[in-house]
Amino acid sequence: MMRLERRPDIPLSLALSAPIGAVVVSLALAGILIAAAGAPVWEAYQRLFLGAFGSRLAVTETLTRTTPLILTGLAAAVAFRARLWNIGGEGQFYVGALAAAALGSEAGLQLPGYALVPVLMIAGAIAGAILLLVPLLLRLRFGVDEVVTTLLLNFVAVLFVSMMIEGPVKDPMAFGWPQSVPIVGDAILPKLVLRSRLHIGLLVGIGLAILTWIVQSRTVFGLESRAAGLNPRAAAFAGVSLKRILMTIACISGGFAGLAGAIEVMGVKGYVTTDLSPGFGYTGIVVAMLAELHPVGVIVAALFVATLFVGADGMSRALGVPSFIADVIVSLSLLTMLVALFLSNFRIRR
Amino acid sequence: MDALYIFASVGLWAAILRIATPLIFGTLGALMSERAGVLNLGIEGIMTFGAMIGWLTVYHGGDLWLGLLAAAVAGGVFGILHALLTVPLGLSQHVTGLGITLFASSLSYFIFRLCVPVSGTPPTIVPFQVLHIPGLSDLPFVGEAVFRQTAPTYLAVILALVLAYVLARTPLGLAIRLVGENPHAAESQGLDPIRIRIGAIIFGSSLMGLGGAFLTLSAFNSFFPTMVQGRGWVSIALVVFASWRPERALLGALLFALFDAYQLRLQQIVGKAVPYQVFLMIPYLMSIAALLVMARRARVPQALMQPFRRGER
Repeated sequence: MMRLERRPDIPLSLALSAPIGAVVVSLALAGILIAAAGAPVWEAYQRLFLGAFGSRLAVTETLTRTTPLILTGLAAAVAFRARLWNIGGEGQFYVGALAAAALGSEAGLQLPGYALVPVLMIAGAIAGAILLLVPLLLRLRFGVDEVVTTLLLNFVAVLFVSMMIEGPVKDPMAFGWPQSVPIVGDAILPKLVLRSRLHIGLLVGIGLAILTWIVQSRTVFGLESRAAGLNPRAAAFAGVSLKRILMTIACISGGFAGLAGAIEVMGVKGYVTTDLSPGFGYTGIVVAMLAELHPVGVIVAALFVATLFVGADGMSRALGVPSFIADVIVSLSLLTMLVALFLSNFRIRR
Repeated sequence: MDALYIFASVGLWAAILRIATPLIFGTLGALMSERAGVLNLGIEGIMTFGAMIGWLTVYHGGDLWLGLLAAAVAGGVFGILHALLTVPLGLSQHVTGLGITLFASSLSYFIFRLCVPVSGTPPTIVPFQVLHIPGLSDLPFVGEAVFRQTAPTYLAVILALVLAYVLARTPLGLAIRLVGENPHAAESQGLDPIRIRIGAIIFGSSLMGLGGAFLTLSAFNSFFPTMVQGRGWVSIALVVFASWRPERALLGALLFALFDAYQLRLQQIVGKAVPYQVFLMIPYLMSIAALLVMARRARVPQALMQPFRRGER
């Protein structure tokens, strides 16, 4: 009789083939939709690749798009590893963006340039962390599932931003468009590549991903948070304070998502609108899953997802395939990744 | 004083049932699935897809009822997907559900954009009209407040009562509840937990599709992205508020709609003194409050979110 057996450990080759397999299957399935849209599938994917990497501008745009996805991806990866279901990355992104924009404006903090940039980043992170601490406290204190509360708070956060940019931080010079007052020149992040939108936020994201990896694999806290996720009861029995771990994880996870918003304001836009994020928070969840929650894997997964989004615009312009195809591929790859993980976690025994 | 007069306006009471309808469908859908032990966070996306496909069917010349049917069938198809991933494979119900939401919504936008070219004003259809019930609709006040709804609203209310009966009083309802409480005990009674769970998810998902379709076929007459506006997540919260019981889900949705209809009117009285965003936040904050109130009191199905594997405990 055949039965499924959980693998004791997963070899690296299998761990790497899961996301690759998932992506290939998703691209193949999305190919059906591209064909349905009346476009040649192979050429469409060529256009997509060219749209993302075909020119200097395209490469810098793709990397600019990668930056917030690394951070929202880390936000989900860190939380999910400790079984903290933070689905509120989108809302945390927005409050982080709002904090940086409000404090970075003319009327905000009066700080010299070298201090302003880190202070604004920290402010964004704190705002994001607070927005996640609320649902975590509701879970710890009242037993309310954080999945639904973080989801609901996303809507509240965007409405709050909308209220602020039509009220206290509204830009009177924006011809009536609801947007915040622009940040001062000192708060704008230096460019990584001249004459492009790519800014040093990318290095911040990569640096934090590596730092997270080191903390997770080399420190007691990393070990404890992993244990808390794998088996909370055993961890509690071994003397790990689950509450303390979860609070810390929430600060880190919400902080990453808030930082993503702050960096997007300081590096790309210079002000906040309610369409600052095309779903960075939600897409971060897909990034984290494709990376199998590995911090360094998040960098690669974020680059992949950014490639799809930037490339799909080019494909859409050239062949008339709706650019929503990128969202379809990304969401499909989350579902195929779940199946791939299942297949690599188990083996068939006779 | 004006704030109290709102309650005397017939428009408020008529709006309640209209606002509640998608929530009734959504909450019942999520509830049926959870009663069998499976959380379906695909709801937000399935409602979006139902709204899109229902509208598209009618836009291409289909009957309004055919539009509803298309939404229910499409919902069921996403239900099959969710069921296959979470029941036989036992994958994380949280992440799978979110994946379904992301997939169903992005597919809705893709198909909509493919079939309807970009234009300044969104194309419209002729939605469901008020169903006149002889006698009842003509009653003073009550007739206008309660009995001048469109057909799907009556369908939602009847469905809630039928499901309340089925769950509480029939062998099928008992089987679903048992699978959600203790699938191993259910199996020893000769039931097949896997088939029952799959069936409950598919049925629940088709109700979610109907809830979405109500938005485009009755409440509004066009489709636009993000029109579901978190109604799916609100429904998930309402299931907890209703303690997983259909009759309470009906009451919860109506209560929720009362607040929503009230705040819409209060907004007009208050004017610019309070930012309108504060009012728009109320439904979401109210859902969180509902979760808070009921979190410790509600009787959660004991096997909710626990995958069932034969011969494994």
